[in-house]
This record gives sequence, C-alpha cells and structure tokens, in this order.
Amino acid sequence: MASLNAAAADTATFGGAALQVSGLRKSYTGQTVVDGVDFTVPAATCFGLLGPNGAGKTTTLRCCLGLTPADAGTIRLAGHVLPEQAEVARTRVGVVPQLDNLDPDFSSRENLLVYGRYFGISDAVLRARIPDLLDFAGLSGKEGANIQSLSGGMKRRLTLARALINDPDIVFLDEPTTGLDPQARHLIWDRLKRLIAHGKTLILTTHFMDEAERLCDRLAILDHGRLIAEGAPRELIARHIEPQVVEIFGDAATTWARRRQGLGERLETAGDTAFFYCRDAAPLLGALAGTLTLRYVHRAASLEDVFLKLTGRDLRD
Amino acid sequence: MSHRWIALPRPGWRWLPVWRRNFLVWRKLAIPSILGNLADPLIYMLGLGYGLGRLLPAVQGVDYVRFLAAGTIVASTMNSATFEALYSAFSRMHVQKTWDAILNTPLSLDHVLTGELVWAASKSLLAGVAILLVVGALGLAAAPLALWIVPVIFLTGLAFAALGLIVCALAPSYDFFMYYFTLFITPMLLISGVFFPTDQLPGVVQTIAAWLPLAHAVQLARPLLLGQVPENIAGHLAVLLLVAGVGFCFASGLTRRRLLK
Repeated sequence: MASLNAAAADTATFGGAALQVSGLRKSYTGQTVVDGVDFTVPAATCFGLLGPNGAGKTTTLRCCLGLTPADAGTIRLAGHVLPEQAEVARTRVGVVPQLDNLDPDFSSRENLLVYGRYFGISDAVLRARIPDLLDFAGLSGKEGANIQSLSGGMKRRLTLARALINDPDIVFLDEPTTGLDPQARHLIWDRLKRLIAHGKTLILTTHFMDEAERLCDRLAILDHGRLIAEGAPRELIARHIEPQVVEIFGDAATTWARRRQGLGERLETAGDTAFFYCRDAAPLLGALAGTLTLRYVHRAASLEDVFLKLTGRDLRD
Repeated sequence: MSHRWIALPRPGWRWLPVWRRNFLVWRKLAIPSILGNLADPLIYMLGLGYGLGRLLPAVQGVDYVRFLAAGTIVASTMNSATFEALYSAFSRMHVQKTWDAILNTPLSLDHVLTGELVWAASKSLLAGVAILLVVGALGLAAAPLALWIVPVIFLTGLAFAALGLIVCALAPSYDFFMYYFTLFITPMLLISGVFFPTDQLPGVVQTIAAWLPLAHAVQLARPLLLGQVPENIAGHLAVLLLVAGVGFCFASGLTRRRLLK
C-alpha cells in the first residue's frame, strides 16, 4: 500500500485518472470474490463494469468507495489513496446505490438538504442548489412531495439528484435503471449523457447491455472476480465476436442448425433457439430462405453476444 | 489490511448532521412523541406512588411517591434511550438503509454512531426532563439541587444509548430486542432501586445491582430530587461514563464488522 507522502505527490500529478485500481483482491471467509482486478477510469469518461450476479461488481465498487477494506491492491480515487483518504476522496464523489435509500420521513427537498449537510455544505448553498437539481431530475413541482408518493422512476431521479448535491467530479451508479419502465430508463439515460457532456466521470454497473453500449466509453467485464475483457463497446464486439448473428427459432431449429453447422463460424443453442455467429451470413440466409417452417432474425452482433460468449449461458444465482 | 476493532471516536462536530437528521424527523412528530414519553411513566408513578404509597409507611424517610419520582425519571430516561438505540437506530441501519446512504458521503461510521448516540441521549434527556417538570409541578422536587438531575439524565441516556447500539449491531431482526429487554432491562429495573430500596434484596443480588448503570443513576438522582447532595458522586459518574465510553467502542467495532466488511 502506497504511503501517504506518495499519495500527496500523486494528488499533484493526478490529472488524467478519476479512478485507478490495481491488483485489487478481496475474499470473505476463504472465498475469493475479487481476484486481482486492474482498471483505470480517465476523468470525464463513462466507465461500465459488467458481469453476472456474484461476479464481484458490488465488492469492487465498495472497495473503490473505501467502504470495504481490500485484502491487497491499491486504489486511487480522485487522486486520493484508499482507504486511508476515503473521506476526503468521497467529498468529490456522488453515489447512486442499487437500492433506493432515500429518507422516507422527508420530502424531496428535505432529502437533498439533509444529504447535503453530510458533506458539510451550508444550508444557504444547499437551498440555492436544490431547485436546479430538482429541475435537472425532472422533479420541479415535487419539492414538497412525500417520498412514498413518488413513482419508481421519480425516486431514482431524486437519488441521482441527491448524488449530485456536492457537485461531484465522479458519480458511481450501481444498476441505475434496474426495475424502471422504458420511459423512465430513457429519461435517466438522457440525464446521464448530460452529466458526461458536463465533464463528470461516471462509473456504472449494469445488467443491460444496451445501456452499457449507449453510455459507456469503456467497459470491463468481470467474472469470478477477474476482469476478462476491457475496451470500448465497439472494440469489444469487433475483438471477441463475429460481426453477424442469425437467430433461428422454432421446434426444429436446433436440429436443423446442428446439421448445417458449417454455415457459420460458431453455433450456440439455448432452449429451442439456435444462434449462428458468422462473418458472412449470406449462405446461411440462403439456406433459411428454402425453409418455410423456421422463423429467424438476422442482426449485427451486440455487446450482449460478447457478454454471453465470455461469461457463458449458465444461470448465476 | 488490519481490522480495527476498537476505535475511539474522533473529536469534532462532523456527526452533527446525523443528529440534525434525526431531530428533523422527530420534529414532525414531536407532540405525540412527548405525550408518549410522558403518559406511561406518569401513570405508573402516580398510580403506584399514591395508590400503593397510601398502604406504605415512609420509604427511606419520605412518602413513597417522592421515593418513586426519582426512579421514574431515570427509568424513563433509560427506556427512551434504549428504544431509540434499538428500534429506531435498527430501522435506520437495517430497514431504511439510511446509514448506508450516509456512508457514501465523507462521513464515517463513527460519525454516524456518534450522531445516533448523542441523538438517543438527547431524546432521553427530553423524556427525563419532561417528567422532572411534572414532578416539580406536583411539588415533589426540591429546587435548586434537583436541577442537577438534568446532566445525570443526559449521562444516563448516553450510557443506555451506547449499550443499545451494541444490541442493535448484533440484532438480526426486531425480535432479537425482546431478549435484551427480558434478560437485561427488566431485571435491572427491578433490582436497581427504582421501585424499592435495594437493601430489601438478598446479598448476591445487591452485589450484582452495584454493577448496574441504572443503580448508579438512581443513587445520583434520588438524593438530588430530595434536595440532598449524593454520596460518592465521582464513583457513580465514573460508572456511567465508563459504560457510555466502553459501550460505544464495542458498538463501533461490532457495527463496523457488520456494515464495512
């Protein structure tokens, strides 16, 4: 672990990276949860941490906030060494947790006011900031609303507004749109894009590949506590998977597909669906045109295909 | 990285926003909360004091209701601090995840716990003082010495808040608190001299009672309420301070093990 002097020197030269993690390890009662993770998040970018349930995402995030002591490794957040300087580092950080933990006894406005006080910000400054934040969250007119009366999407937006009360440089978001309807998700995405445009660094975990593809400049896929892939979304797709996918559905789809395995570079089956991954899908599409019973979809390879290829199709719960 | 088991709270006022958060919630329900704190103990005190008291000769040289008044003040203080540090703190820690939200800010767990400790003691101060006022209005308190009960109430609140936070840190659910009440609070209430003098008790029980924080609070509050200077003030204060201090350190270590693993 780096000394405090090294940390001070690092603060001066901090410049590029909002978060630097190297050699991070953490185990609980003999079970390794994070097994040597390294990544760097440059300032003013959006970084996505993906992985199946139990991959070690939440533990990694907790270590990065100085809430869980790591067994080994170094973490620098906003130029400060963790966990020693976690409290200073967190003055520059906002957090949107996975589960809403808004204060049910307070109105929207009071939630922001009380939370801002934890950062040592004066009431006068907070009162000036709150209307703008509520406006940003699309909650103008809901200042006095009871938390229980807000919809799931509104609560999520209020949690986002709360995470911005200290005007942070870095915002951590743990599954920011889980459980929201499509309208609410799109609204959150729009606000997150605005934050990125304003130069904030976002670090998010998600199970939605479209979300990761849409928002993130860089992604890391975590599985069994290790980073198994890292890069820009397009780059990961290009590097790990054939560009075209043909999904074939129906009773006879998998049997049909197995007999014609050679028509694609790779064939995967799940239930009664066959997935052909191809560099050139034309021969396969030609063969499919000859059948009347099989339904199929021809599409470009996506991040979800990469994710499933790298982490497998088995359930992880 | 070593796991800090015992960590002394750092000096400073950064815990104050946590206290203010709880105060803001309380303010919304202040009236029913004060009435709730007053009604139950007063009913017992007046019912037992005047009802049972009529059957009794003077207890330690005073009317039974005067004897009972001091016990009622400290017992209510204990109850109020205990309830706040068990049920309310547990709700904030485990159910509402309020502490998790605070831990994402620059505040540490010790700030949260200090805020909770002082808050529970403040609430119990209010409960104790409310009864002191009624006792005074009934002419059962000897001013001005009785006013020294106010700091005794606060210190009693700190001691029981610290003990309560230990139990809160260990509790898997609300049901767990029943053990603490049945095995600790209720027996202590009966052998600490709240309802009757401890010299009525068998020797062994008296020895146990001498170690209980409530007994020390009673031995400070009762003479003060009767207008006398208590004996062995330093000893009683030391016990209450020790319980508050050591209790808080254990609460801090146990809560850290629970939340920051």
